[in-house]
Amino acid sequence: MADIFGILRGSPEDPDYEKKGVIVQGITGSYGSLHTRNMIAYGTNVVAGVTPGKGGQKFEDSVPIYNSMQEAVEATGARISIVFVPAKFFLSAARDALNAGIRLLVAIPEHVPIRDTMEALALAKEKGAVIIGPNTPGIMIPELIKVGIMPAMPFKAGKIAVLSKSGTLLYEISDALTSAGFGQSITIGVGGDPINGTRLVDAFEMVKDLPGLDGMVVVGEIGGDSEEILAQKIIDSGFDKPTVAYIAGRAAPKEKRMGHAGAIVMGTYGSAESKVSMFNKANIPVAKRPAEVPVLLAGKMEKSD
Amino acid sequence: MQLLEFQAKELFREYGIGLLESIPSTNVEEGRKHAKQLGFPFVIKIQVPVGGRGKAGGIQKCQNEDEFEIKYPQVMGLTVKGERARAILLEKMADIKKELYLSIFLNRSKRCYTVIASSEGGVEIESVKNQIVKEVGLGEVSEKTAREVAKEMGLEEGSIADQFVDTLKKLSRLVVEKEAELAEINPLAVMQDGTVMALDGKFVTDDNSNFRHEELQKYQEKTPIEEQAEKSGFSLVELDGDIAVVGNGAGLVMSTLDMLSDNGGRPACFLDVGGSATTESVYEALTLISKLDRVKGILVNLYGGIVKTTVVAEAFLRAYENNIIDLPVFSRLKGTESDKAKEMLQGSRTKIFDSVEEAINAAVMGVRDG
Repeated sequence: MADIFGILRGSPEDPDYEKKGVIVQGITGSYGSLHTRNMIAYGTNVVAGVTPGKGGQKFEDSVPIYNSMQEAVEATGARISIVFVPAKFFLSAARDALNAGIRLLVAIPEHVPIRDTMEALALAKEKGAVIIGPNTPGIMIPELIKVGIMPAMPFKAGKIAVLSKSGTLLYEISDALTSAGFGQSITIGVGGDPINGTRLVDAFEMVKDLPGLDGMVVVGEIGGDSEEILAQKIIDSGFDKPTVAYIAGRAAPKEKRMGHAGAIVMGTYGSAESKVSMFNKANIPVAKRPAEVPVLLAGKMEKSD
Repeated sequence: MQLLEFQAKELFREYGIGLLESIPSTNVEEGRKHAKQLGFPFVIKIQVPVGGRGKAGGIQKCQNEDEFEIKYPQVMGLTVKGERARAILLEKMADIKKELYLSIFLNRSKRCYTVIASSEGGVEIESVKNQIVKEVGLGEVSEKTAREVAKEMGLEEGSIADQFVDTLKKLSRLVVEKEAELAEINPLAVMQDGTVMALDGKFVTDDNSNFRHEELQKYQEKTPIEEQAEKSGFSLVELDGDIAVVGNGAGLVMSTLDMLSDNGGRPACFLDVGGSATTESVYEALTLISKLDRVKGILVNLYGGIVKTTVVAEAFLRAYENNIIDLPVFSRLKGTESDKAKEMLQGSRTKIFDSVEEAINAAVMGVRDG
């Protein structure tokens, strides 16, 4: 499994330790520029932007813009990119990045066709790269690096890993955790699409052996079977850190897509009941409300002491 | 989008999959003409974008004109799981020897298409026995793979196995070319005369690839409200309760829906205005909701990390000022400047709460007491 902390933080002997460079694809669009500003304000080292046809210019007089990822990677050596292009251009942006040697690609756009996601994933696999998303708020190590669109306010550095399919629920639940004194070691938004570059189970593999990890929170929702697969993995791996889950969509009607492309129950495939019962099997309590998550986590912590 | 049976069958026909003769109609006059054309007996089938229509009485045998006059309007007037009839399909009666099951779906965890087949079809997929499950990659199913599936199903070599293999390959080509998430034929029937026919059809496409499929646009069915929601970049699902649920982010709105239901409230809709809320988006959301008759109250749950709650309060005030809504609004706004927002809304019909639980309780009570 990819060493996500190695990519995002690096090791102390790296010259760019704790300030790994990030390239923004689609930096001149309104969305891309807004979040580039926010990422820089958070302390993320944004070293370049890419917008075809705008090479040679600078973003806000500071970040150099290139025409292609090839040029941007050659000039900066950065291995992380975040993509803000419209969904229909995602595949070509992803190819550009992966062929240029990007190791971690964070795919923000919503509405990427499934086939395009699958093609990007096949290329990522060939190149040994990781894709997070599409339709993700991104990934962050609080108070160190933010590669995404999440607001800064809910997050605080700490020892809990938070994995989430949803964006605003990730903020909501991290906020509740922070208020209860549980900071986060890393938060990974896997995205709300049917196909995720990094599935919940992959995100789990990335964080499970992190030294100093105190616990984990999983924010799932109806649709697909990634929560079930994660729960089975937790059982099989013997992971014993306190873990709590939350599943959104218990009251959603069947066969209706609830906002996210992936949030749809077909028959019993993707139902909340199926996910809750698998988490129960893995001895993971499932909160009824977001606010209940830190309460259940505290309970788990007490038991494991 | 999920196609109706007759629409799925149009695609099946185009790809050469075996079908009985059938004709769709939307009113009884039209249906009468088709009945003559088709000849009795036939089956009257309600066209709704959900399963379970047989149990709801939406599939009726029809032997003669007298039965037709009673049963057509009856089936047309049904609702199945809250879905009204979009059309009626008249289909020739089938002389079935055996029912098979066949589907191809996008397997999310394996990230490839997967075939499910069984020689014991005709019941809901959950109850289909002896399922053969085969991952088939991203491309079309090959002759070799299709043969393997047939063999594992216990189809002896010969005409039926050949027809099954042919159907599977055609269905797979259809799925790949249209970028479908699911195609299901249940039952795929072996008739008394030895032919293999698709008696039902389910087809779900990937909406995100719509821009590459002009030819599927005619199947897109949207109410004016859904159309307006899409234009605004919102996700809207209409439900049958009386409290409209609005929020930013699909997960958060689902979560609000769950909590509302837990507390005895009945959601009238799911409305996701997208990750970031602005004065305009919230104002537009309220405008949309004002067009849903059954709504008696509006529950708003916004998590604005960057958003100023005063910006949202502004939208509420404007909506009342312009007489867009006269309904009570129960709102939880997380974000900056919430004290100021509360002040702005003092005396208006919008109540702001610190927690979503309080907002939900107030909404349930408020709507109940009128």
